[in-house]
This record gives sequence, C-alpha cells and structure tokens, in this order.
Amino acid sequence: MALTGVEIFKLLPKTNCKKCGHPTCLAFAMKLAQRQATLDSCPDVSEEAKKVLGEASAPPVRPMTFGAGDKAVKMGEETVLFRHDKKFVNPCAFAVEIKDTLSEADIAAIAEEVVKSEIDRVGQKLRIDAIALTNASGDAGKLEAAAKTVAAKAAGVPVIINTQNTQAAEAAVKVFSDKRPLIYGATAANFEAMANIAKANKAILGVGASGLDELSTLTDKIKGLGVEDMVIDSGARKAKEIIENNTLIRRAAIKKNFKPLGFPIINFIQREDSLHEALLGVIAITKYASIVVLSSIEKWKNLALFTLRQNIYTDPQVPMQVEQKVYPIGEPKPESPLFITTNFSLTYFIVSGEIENSKVASRLAVMDCEGLSVLTAWAAGKFTASKIAQFITESGVEKDIATKELIIPGYVAILSGSIEDKLPGWKITVGPREANAIPAFLRSRG
Amino acid sequence: MAFTPAKETYSGKVYSVAIGTGEGTGTVGGENVLPFHSFEGAAPNRPVIAFEIQDVPPADWPESVKKPFEAVSDDPVKWARFCQDELKAKAIALRLVGTHPDRENRSAEDAAKTVKDVLAAVNVPLIILGSNHAEKDAPVLVAASEAAKDKNCVIGKAQEANYKTIAAAAMANNHKIIAMSELDINLSKQLNILITQMGFEKERLITDPMCSALGYGLEYTYSVMERIRLAALTQNDATMQPPMLGDIGMYVWKVKETQAPEADLPHWGSLEERGIAWEAVTATALLVAGAELLIMRHPKAVEEVQKTIEELI
Ligand code: SF4
Repeated sequence: MALTGVEIFKLLPKTNCKKCGHPTCLAFAMKLAQRQATLDSCPDVSEEAKKVLGEASAPPVRPMTFGAGDKAVKMGEETVLFRHDKKFVNPCAFAVEIKDTLSEADIAAIAEEVVKSEIDRVGQKLRIDAIALTNASGDAGKLEAAAKTVAAKAAGVPVIINTQNTQAAEAAVKVFSDKRPLIYGATAANFEAMANIAKANKAILGVGASGLDELSTLTDKIKGLGVEDMVIDSGARKAKEIIENNTLIRRAAIKKNFKPLGFPIINFIQREDSLHEALLGVIAITKYASIVVLSSIEKWKNLALFTLRQNIYTDPQVPMQVEQKVYPIGEPKPESPLFITTNFSLTYFIVSGEIENSKVASRLAVMDCEGLSVLTAWAAGKFTASKIAQFITESGVEKDIATKELIIPGYVAILSGSIEDKLPGWKITVGPREANAIPAFLRSRG
Repeated sequence: MAFTPAKETYSGKVYSVAIGTGEGTGTVGGENVLPFHSFEGAAPNRPVIAFEIQDVPPADWPESVKKPFEAVSDDPVKWARFCQDELKAKAIALRLVGTHPDRENRSAEDAAKTVKDVLAAVNVPLIILGSNHAEKDAPVLVAASEAAKDKNCVIGKAQEANYKTIAAAAMANNHKIIAMSELDINLSKQLNILITQMGFEKERLITDPMCSALGYGLEYTYSVMERIRLAALTQNDATMQPPMLGDIGMYVWKVKETQAPEADLPHWGSLEERGIAWEAVTATALLVAGAELLIMRHPKAVEEVQKTIEELI
C-alpha cells in the first residue's frame, strides 16, 4: 500500500530546515504522497527512512526504457486498472518474432518490414516497435549471426533476445551493447547466470514462470541479485489465462503495491491463424500488456492493432480534438458543398465518414470548440454565429469556392439568420441534425 | 515471496435474459463478475452473436461483406435460413432498414409481413430492429411486435423519443427490448429508469450504450460499457444490470478502413482481411468491455470472434 502524507512525515527528520524547498517537513511529506516530489530533495533523511520510503513511493509498475535512441520504448508507470479512471500511460509495444532458424535473407526481409511498418494515424506515428529474436535453433552461433543481421537491417529497433540458453544470450546481447536490449530470459533453472548477464550488459531481464506464485518468488530472488529492471511473463498463453493473470498482476501492483509483480508484462500471443492472433492482441492491449509478441505483421493487422492501442491509450479526461481547419473530403471542386462542424474528434470522424460515404466531394470546416460536440459547444457559447463567421472569414475558404454557401448542423438551425447577418454575401443552409442523414441530404441536392 | 491473488467479490449481478422460444432459446448475461473473470465468480452464459440480415437487399454494404450473402440477400427469408442452417447462427438480427423514409420507405404492414415470414422460417431467437428513424420506428416496431407475438423476440431500439410506444407494444406481446442512448452512462441509466417506470420489467431490458467502430470513438463505447458493468457489479445498481448490446456491423462497415481499396492505400494492406479484422477487433474489444450480445455481419469475423470466446471461457 502507498503511504499517506502523515505516515511519510513520521519518517522525515522533522527539523523543518526547508532545504528541500518546502516550508515544512509535513508539506514535503504531502508532496511525496502525491508523487509530486522525490525523496532525494531532502539531504538529511536517514538511511532507514530511505529504504522504507523508497519501496513505498516507487511507482506501482516499475518504469523502464526498452531500447535506446529515437526508437526506445517507455514501459511501466501505470497507475490504474480502468482507463476511465485515468489515462493508461505507456502504450504497449508490439514485437514481431524472428526465429534464428530462418535464412539470412528471410531474417533481413522481416527486419526491413519492421522498419517500414510506420504509419501515420490522426497525427501519431505508429509502428511495430521491437523484434523478438528467438533462439529456435538452440545454437549460440546461429543466434549471434541472426542478431547481427537484425542489428544491420533494423538498426535502432529494440530487440528481445529470446533464449534460455545463457551462452546464446551472452553471445547475442553483445551485439546490442548500449542498446538496452531485453533478454527473455530467466527461469527457475537459469536465473543466477541470466541475472549476471543482464547486469553486466545493462539489459532488461525477462522473467518467465508458470503461475504467479513462482513468478513472484523468482523476481524477488533476481532483485536480490541486483537486477532492478525486469519484464514478467506468467506463462499465460490462452486468452482466458492472459485476462486472469494480467488482471491479477496489475491489481497486485496497483492495489497492494506488491513489488514482486510491479513490472511491465510481456505476452506471447503467436498463432498460426493471423486473425485469431489479432484478437488475442485485443485482449493483451486492453488488459495491461506492455509488450505483445506477434508471429507476423501484415499491414492490415498492424493497422487494426495500432488503431486499437491508440484508442485504448487516449486520455479519457481530455476529449480528443482535431486541428481547426478546412478539410477536403474526396477531391473538392469550387462548386462542392462546404460543411461546418466542431473539432470534437468523434464528431469530426462521424461527419467526415458520412460525407465520404455519400461519395460527394466536399469541404468540411472544423472549428476549434475545445473538443466539444456541436450541441455542447453551442450551449457553452463556443459555437456561436459570430465565432463561426470569424472562423469562416479567417479560414480564407472563400477564395476556393464558387458559391458562398455554408451548411450548418441541423442542431444549430437557430443560428442561420445571425450567421447570414455576420457573413454578408453568404447563404446559410441548414443541414441534417444527425450525421447519418448527410448522404440522403447530399443526394437530395442533386 | 508468496503471492496471494487479490480476488474481488462483487455485490451485483447481470440479469440473465432468455431470448427466443423452444429449442432455439438462448440466454445472455447472468454473470456476477467482470467479463471473462471466471476465476473469481460465475459466468454461466457465453456471449451471443447474432447475424444481421435486412428486409431489403444490402445495397449500401461494402462489397466484401455483401459477397458472402450474394445468393440469398435478395430475400430476408432465404437470408435468415442461410444464417441459421449454413452459418450456424445462434441468433438473427433482422434490421428493417427498408422502412426508413429516405430508403425504400416500406410501410409498417410490409415490415410486419417480413417479420412473420422470417419467424416462420427459423427457430433461433430473433432480434427485430427498426431503421433508427425515431419517428418511423414507433409504428414499424409496434406492428413488428404484434406480428411476432409471444415469440420472445428482442425489439429495438427504444430511444428517449419513442420508448413509450415501443415498450408498450413489447410488453403487450411478450418481448424483450433494447434501450439505446448515446454514449453516456447517465443517459443510459435514465432511459432504463423511464422504461421500468412504465411497468416494463427491468429483467426484460437490454442496454445499448451506442456502438462505435475501431478508430471512430471505440474508446468511448469501451469505457461507457466498462463503467456500466462496474456500476452493476460493484455498486449493485439494478438500473445498470441488464445485459449490453454491441451493434457492431452497422458501425464498422461504413468506415473508410472497411472500404478503401489497397490500390488507393497500399500501406493499409489487403482490403478483404482489413475489413474482417476491423469488425472482429471491434467486437472483441467490446466483449472485453462488457457486451453480452453482438450483432455482426461478416461470417469470417463471426467465426473468429466465436473462436476467441471459446478460448476465453
Ligand atoms: S529538507 Fe528534509 S528535513 Fe528539511 S524541511 Fe525538507 S523534509 Fe524536512
């Protein structure tokens, strides 16, 4: 359990010396409890207090960075079980498995596919984040050779070295020195040697066990050997076990501050049937995985999984907004219709989708209303005649269109007269209330 | 360090709602745990997927989802039989979209006849949906309810603007109803209360908090469903305890990702697989959020979601 401000205060020097930048020890304790300060600001804190507070104030899911450079992936730091409570922090990483039994050309081809997987969706760059290099051959030399191919063809992409063979792990990890790879990993049989390799090479250590009890015991022992950054696998492979174990892990970390399971989760979901694999991906993404290992990365599957991850990891408190501007839909000509709506992303998506369905090229003027929907923005005084008039004038859309006609949402029909007053020379047309009536509306205009 | 799992016990339970009659009867809901959390409670019924069919040919469906029904979709009776006999549908959702004034504008009598014909042809439970035109749906769904009297169908969707007429007809003819509100837990609660205040039993309701497709607001539906389910289970809020519906197909098969050809957007990959994945991913996400009844279109997407459900229980 996280400590309260008062509990923390009891452990501080209570001298109110202000060296931490806070007026009193109690004020500092309150900040610590809210995670708005860190203990190292107090120079006089005792070793004993450091130990107790360090444990208690560390984030419930240990933060860590996998890989290095531009393509590094942040993991951990999660604080909630349900996304409506607070934003899920670090979107899970997708890794594709490459087996070292493949030919060099095949390994290179998949590595290149990873590099080219990046796409842009509503302003975010999304990609396959990592490669899981599996020692399917069981041979250390083969794994090292495959690692070299990956390092050359997918430079900078974070790598999971997937072997339980310590000799193979050691050979491959050297290929990624200073690149903060992840060695997966440690088991009850090899953890001492693996912990040493991870420590010596500054790698994250993946820890695999069957079941949560064994996993907790193992991470505890490895921590005792001086390895702090671990990624955990409960052995869950079936959908039911993934939900169960991932949920129990996240709960133990967040509700009980149970340190042995306070690490990012890795889920291996490789399946023959790529679509079925995608659906296991849905379960891993929604239920707390930090790394999801896939067997293949077809473009259609990537697009679906990237989009879901983006949806799940958006901030539920801040409505998603789109940029204020006039968006072309299809290839509008000067005589194409001009619509206006607000910049709540859902409103934008639905309206633009319906215009697109109607197959009538149009312009959609999206006005910044702080991410509110049409009715809410109107009620809040953000979608008013004068603001609309100002936006349309400043947008300069006038010079691209043949007739000055603006189609407004049916819900704000009441505004049509006053917009006409404020936009001399314009005709204001009242469109449908609901977006799904737009295709019929456009058809009826001929 | 020994690990003791933090198991939850929930004070509430989702109503178990039976749909259909005779051998084909299905049951949705009934669990006293979050979705697929059978490690800490009971979830006696699998989610049910209904195949969507329409009273008029699916002219507005994209090619890849029209194709599997090509030989049957000119006739709702053939279409329904195909879903039941060939696709082994557990339920069928008949959408009377042809009654929409902007579509074929079919009359309530025409709709009632279609309902009768489809009911005579299949024995799996039938969900009967209007065209989502609040005004027209009222007479259409009243006629449909009467035509399906005592068949224990699911009638929808009752919305704030028309719930009185629809709920009264469903009550008089022994059906369940879908209560739909727009992506807001409070609106959803309020509508359920209004409907039960008419004397409609809350155990006969199905909540539709409004679906959205992957990439087009899915996170809103996801979180509203999750919050409804948490209110039902942890706060034992009876107004939030009806099973939930995800009306997937209709929302998915109109977004760009299910329609744009690979030739136009090469980085999006194969259109056929992309469309199916879009429907299956949307459906699976909403199952995880709490939906117990899904309405879907593509047979391959249904098959894959079904397979995932089997792996989840
Ligand atoms: S620096 Fe330490 S001892 Fe001084 S006021 Fe801050 S918390 Fe108290």
